[in-house]
Amino acid sequence: MLTLENMRYTDGDYSLSADLCLAPGRRVAIIGPSGAGKSTLLDLIAGFLTPKAGRLLWQGQDITATPPDRRPVAMLFQENNLFPHLSLARNLGLALRPGGGRLTAAEGRKLESALERVGLGGLSSRKPGALSGGQQSRAALARVLLQARPILALDEPFAALGPALKVQMLDLVQEVAGELGALVLLVSHDPQDARRFAEETVLVAEGLAHPPVETRALFDAPPEALRAYLGQ
Amino acid sequence: MASRPLAIGAALIAAGLVLALVLGPVAAVLARAGGWGALGPGDWQALRFTLWQSLLSATFSVALAIPVARALARRRFPGRGLLISLLGAPFILPTIVAVLGLIAVFGQNGLINGSLRALGLPGFSVYGLHGVVLAHVFFNLPLATRLLLQGWLAIPAERFRLAVSLGLSPRAMFRTLELPMLLRIAPGAGAVIFVICLSSFAVALTLGGGPRATTVELAIYQAVRFDFDLGRAALLSMIQLGLALAAGLVALRLGTGGGFGAGLDRLVTRWDGRAGLPRVMDAVWIGLAALFLLTPLGMVVARGLPGLAQLGAGSWAAAWNSLTVALASTLLCLAWALPLSSRWGEWVGLVGLAVSPLVLGTGLFLIVRPFANPLSLALPVTTLVNALVALPFALRILRPEAEAVRADYARLAQALGLTPLAWVRLVLLPRLRRPLGFAAGLTAALSIGDLGVIALFADPERATLPLQVYRLMGSYQMEAAAGAALLLLIFSFGAFWLCDRGGRANADA
Repeated sequence: MLTLENMRYTDGDYSLSADLCLAPGRRVAIIGPSGAGKSTLLDLIAGFLTPKAGRLLWQGQDITATPPDRRPVAMLFQENNLFPHLSLARNLGLALRPGGGRLTAAEGRKLESALERVGLGGLSSRKPGALSGGQQSRAALARVLLQARPILALDEPFAALGPALKVQMLDLVQEVAGELGALVLLVSHDPQDARRFAEETVLVAEGLAHPPVETRALFDAPPEALRAYLGQ
Repeated sequence: MASRPLAIGAALIAAGLVLALVLGPVAAVLARAGGWGALGPGDWQALRFTLWQSLLSATFSVALAIPVARALARRRFPGRGLLISLLGAPFILPTIVAVLGLIAVFGQNGLINGSLRALGLPGFSVYGLHGVVLAHVFFNLPLATRLLLQGWLAIPAERFRLAVSLGLSPRAMFRTLELPMLLRIAPGAGAVIFVICLSSFAVALTLGGGPRATTVELAIYQAVRFDFDLGRAALLSMIQLGLALAAGLVALRLGTGGGFGAGLDRLVTRWDGRAGLPRVMDAVWIGLAALFLLTPLGMVVARGLPGLAQLGAGSWAAAWNSLTVALASTLLCLAWALPLSSRWGEWVGLVGLAVSPLVLGTGLFLIVRPFANPLSLALPVTTLVNALVALPFALRILRPEAEAVRADYARLAQALGLTPLAWVRLVLLPRLRRPLGFAAGLTAALSIGDLGVIALFADPERATLPLQVYRLMGSYQMEAAAGAALLLLIFSFGAFWLCDRGGRANADA
């Protein structure tokens, strides 16, 4: 269970509160108007921001003060998910060896099979610049696969892709997360993503992250805040 | 990313070292300075001369740069881009090389005096106030031109279009568009050049001298080397420090906003100045400026080639010293610049620029003397001072790019848990390859060409190449001096080219 216990974050006039639980292995969308704090919520969970009050717990363990790399979270950012001057092999290798050391033969095979899993087999010597946008997203997913963390946080990483490609990528995320048994948190401004992808949805609006609701039920009978966001 | 405490720790250590190495010598100078009575009339004369020559140099540089920059801003001709790039060259041109080139053109046996003699006209001497100002204009006219050119190119093209559709006369156009820009940029450019000329040492050493053409920096050198009056040297250093700080603050206030001038190859389309006379005048200005800047360099090459064969063991030893010093000070400068490449780090770096090399040198001399013979430390001290002097320029080049790398990749590195070493080795250094190459080239070239502290410290056995050129000149071995100067020119431009090239090669996005 990922528990946000009476968590509150403030920065100047801005404030965000959350008091909710997310179950392992679920696919959760985080939607809401821009500026409401979707990415802030993700940053709090991933450890890039520290809450002013409250606690963050994973399986009952307090991880409020744990640095990002020691949290059970792997994150895909909006951009810059790969170092452009390093080959895919080097980029992905860093997920296994953060000191930049050489991989063992077994680790090398693991890396190759992660690339194959996302459809990039044999491209490990390429640099990101030599790949298409969709391929770069796939490579970043392969990195997440290698990190093998129980929570997968996605901060609109496919926003720059076309609609068809985005659907493909979300399907791939679903498969990868299923294999890892990971809890997926998908930040999106597109309600369609939530409907297609997420079992549950967290609505972030007016300084509050609402507890997760089953996605279909939420959209069938949207509460006031969601109606305002959807323009209904 | 380099876990934050570690990065901050490295920055603090680097900043502490810079401040200690600058403020320590300043404190030593302040402590040692004698009473005002120690100053003779010659010293007051040096102060007056310093101010006067700086004022003249700044005025002439800016005044002459106005027509040149205007011509470059509105004319398109083959070689324009190359000429504008060449305007950046004096920055890394060793002073002593330029001086030799200027002597070859304006000196007793130079091109101009030679022609005058052939015509039966009286010649003139290049030594004294006008020689010093001439050399300063040679160095700073290009700088002023670049700064003003930036100003011209910053005038929006729409304004010129509006002016032409209103049918403004050339006079009215100048008054409404160009004059306001000049009033904004020219004072700042003049102030920067004034500050640069205030701490002129090598030019005054070679073209000035004598009681009537001595700068404060040169007076410091003479007090240490000839009179061995350290109290007076310290007092003069204090005066120099006050001068530079006061003028530096004024220049900072006036500001020019100009950095290294990216995008100067743009051309503003204008509809005025298409008549015959303005065209001819622009061509004349550009031609004169190019001639003034390129002839001395051409003469260094022409006279240096036969001299190369005459280089003795002393010159080769000096060349070797120069290369080692340059390599060491480049590494030191970059090791400082990397952790300091942030906003406040850039301010720390500026401290090194505020204190002139000779003042630093005098302070270090005072600090070292109780423990060791300063002369035996000539090369390490030169290395240190060169690194400090180049630091602000290296920071100006590195900071924006380093901040961009942090903004783009710090979170990814944090998420991966990269170790500090892996962050530096695998991300920071490779991403900064281009600016690092550029900064290294600049530092190496500045260090190779530097003739400052080394003159204060060197004994007959130790010399760098610039000092060797000066010594050869002093003993009237002009052929050998020309050869060594050419070698120096090749070294400094070569070092810059190599480093800059190294940064660009295979540097993929």
